[in-house]
Amino acid sequence: MSAASASLRLWQQRLFSTPAQTAITLGIAVCVIWLLTPFTRWALVNATWSGETRADCAPGGACWVFIRARFGQFMYGFYPVAERWRPNLFGLVSLAAVAPLFVLTGRARLRLGIAALLLLPPLGVWLIGGGYGLAAVETRAWGGLMLTLFIAIYAGLIAVPLGILLALGRQSRLPLIRTLAVVFIEFWRGVPIIAVIFLASLLLPLVMPAGVGVDRLARAVIGLGLVIAAYMAEAVRGGLQALPKGQAEAAAALGLGYWKTTGLITLPQALRISLPAMTNEFIALVKNTTLVLVVSILDLLGIAQSSLADPAWVGMNMEAYLFAGTIYWLICFALSRWSRSLEAGGPKGH
Amino acid sequence: MRDFDTKNREDVTMTKTKLTAAIAATAMLAGGAAVAQTLVPSPTLDAIRTRGNLECGVHVGVPGFSFPNDKGEWSGLDVDYCRALAAAVLGDAGKVKFTPTTVQQRWPVLQSGQVDLLSRNTTITFSRNATLGVNFQGINFYEGQTFIVRKASKATAAKDLDGASVCVAAGSTEEKNAADWFRERNLKVTITNFQKNDDAIAAYDAGRCDAYTAGVGALAGQRAKLKTPDDHIIMAEPISNDPQGPVTRYGDERWQAVVRWVLNGMIAAEHLGVTSKNVDDMRANSKNAEVRRLLGAEGNFGQMLGLSNDWMYNAIKAVGNYGESFDRTVGKDSSLKLERGQNALWTKGGLLFTPPFQ
Repeated sequence: MSAASASLRLWQQRLFSTPAQTAITLGIAVCVIWLLTPFTRWALVNATWSGETRADCAPGGACWVFIRARFGQFMYGFYPVAERWRPNLFGLVSLAAVAPLFVLTGRARLRLGIAALLLLPPLGVWLIGGGYGLAAVETRAWGGLMLTLFIAIYAGLIAVPLGILLALGRQSRLPLIRTLAVVFIEFWRGVPIIAVIFLASLLLPLVMPAGVGVDRLARAVIGLGLVIAAYMAEAVRGGLQALPKGQAEAAAALGLGYWKTTGLITLPQALRISLPAMTNEFIALVKNTTLVLVVSILDLLGIAQSSLADPAWVGMNMEAYLFAGTIYWLICFALSRWSRSLEAGGPKGH
Repeated sequence: MRDFDTKNREDVTMTKTKLTAAIAATAMLAGGAAVAQTLVPSPTLDAIRTRGNLECGVHVGVPGFSFPNDKGEWSGLDVDYCRALAAAVLGDAGKVKFTPTTVQQRWPVLQSGQVDLLSRNTTITFSRNATLGVNFQGINFYEGQTFIVRKASKATAAKDLDGASVCVAAGSTEEKNAADWFRERNLKVTITNFQKNDDAIAAYDAGRCDAYTAGVGALAGQRAKLKTPDDHIIMAEPISNDPQGPVTRYGDERWQAVVRWVLNGMIAAEHLGVTSKNVDDMRANSKNAEVRRLLGAEGNFGQMLGLSNDWMYNAIKAVGNYGESFDRTVGKDSSLKLERGQNALWTKGGLLFTPPFQ
């Protein structure tokens, strides 16, 4: 029996084994077709792909011309066209620096990782923001997907190290440190993210002395980072608690102090265990970046909404949201697959 | 203890006297002209000049009023006004930066000084003026709830809707306003409720109702989304009164006057026939005294506010008069094709009015 017919048999068994099963299968199939046909007709068959204005778009179909005309804005916001090579370059450099991490092993990987972590974030701020020889681009000109990724990554850069420290703090035997960590975590986990962003963006300038202004984007990134740090801390704590006590005890028996035990024995294992949970938090963070909309930082979703107000393109809601939604989905799906592969390749035991 | 206090108080009095003298001396040194002595300090204007740009709070997106175009530039009626103000204050309509604001953040952004003014489809109301620490500097758009109907129906005003059906979003202000208005006039109008505005307008478009109701400005944007926009008209006469205009925070009266009079100037320019095209000719050749004062050919009206005398010339040259801006952004030259209606000049049957430049 060939493999093809075996799998056919398997599907037959799963979907059509009993009359009731068959009815359910057919019912669902009809529903799917019934739902997908008009959508496909609108999004693909009757859609218009090329042209310049909405006049070029055929009625009854999606007008992807709109996305084409606005593509630059959806990707970069109002970032000056002549300077867009800068975020592009940063993206490429980051990819080039991070890709070898998946191939290298041992000490080389660790060194590259630390170097990337220390050098890339300031490089990004410099390349995108300018200064020191590059034309300055105000953060209000940043936008679109570039900004979404920027917020997610930089808030993540705050959240991960802070989260690890908080998790360790929460496990600490020193009452002061433990209390501080618990209070911090419980406070930030207890407030809605939207309130944090709102307060950071609106109340801070009200209470700060005139002239002392922290950039609005920076405030939003820090606010998001603090909240996510609290969640990350709980994810890491889960990993730490999953480790058998014997690990730390064995390390102590070998004469290792707290920092060596943590750095060499418990934390690396705990992080590996909690990586899927941390990735989950990161996925949540990517989606939560859209909340910066309330302080009118025009990320991918924000720029999509603002574009809809252009009388030249008014009514393109479906196209705009479908496009933005697809991009968010692609990012989150990729992250979730990555986290799955980590889980699969993770440690099988201690 | 007591001695110390008395002495202290004397010191304060001394300082005050010195300060007053110093201010008077500076004023005399600075201008010599009578104008300089009457100018009150304006921290906002000073800040704008130091910064080199105006900070204008606009809406994140209302068709025709405030939106980024394909090139990523902010455009619209409210945005135009900010550009005119920048031209009047700094001589360059490009020296303005926009902060798009949402409904939730508009007031805090203004109150905390992150923007110099708001120009963003905000309705002027008593309670806002009285409690939020903000002042409204005139009206740049008479918004009001009205109806969109099919041209074929021949209905031209809300009173013609007797026996008709109106699609509305359930629980909206519009629903309540419309129901009250028809009940008060004993008109039998069927109000059909929908979950959301989008559903209501879609139902209207599909022919389930004879009319749909919303604000004039919103309807202009909604009409563009209909299958055949040209088959529908927006009734000019509104059933509610929601005027909108630029907003400043309390304090800095001179800045508030600048904001108010640049808007007045744009309206006056339309009234006096000054456009972006003929403004040079008008400044050089007009014999109308008000035109000459407006454009700085006569008198020193700009200086009285601490601006240059060609302030309105710059604004009109760059942005045009109110009518030009209206036509370009929401009116006949735009895709929204909004009638002037209440937003026509008071001399042409509208409500748009300016006090004289005298």
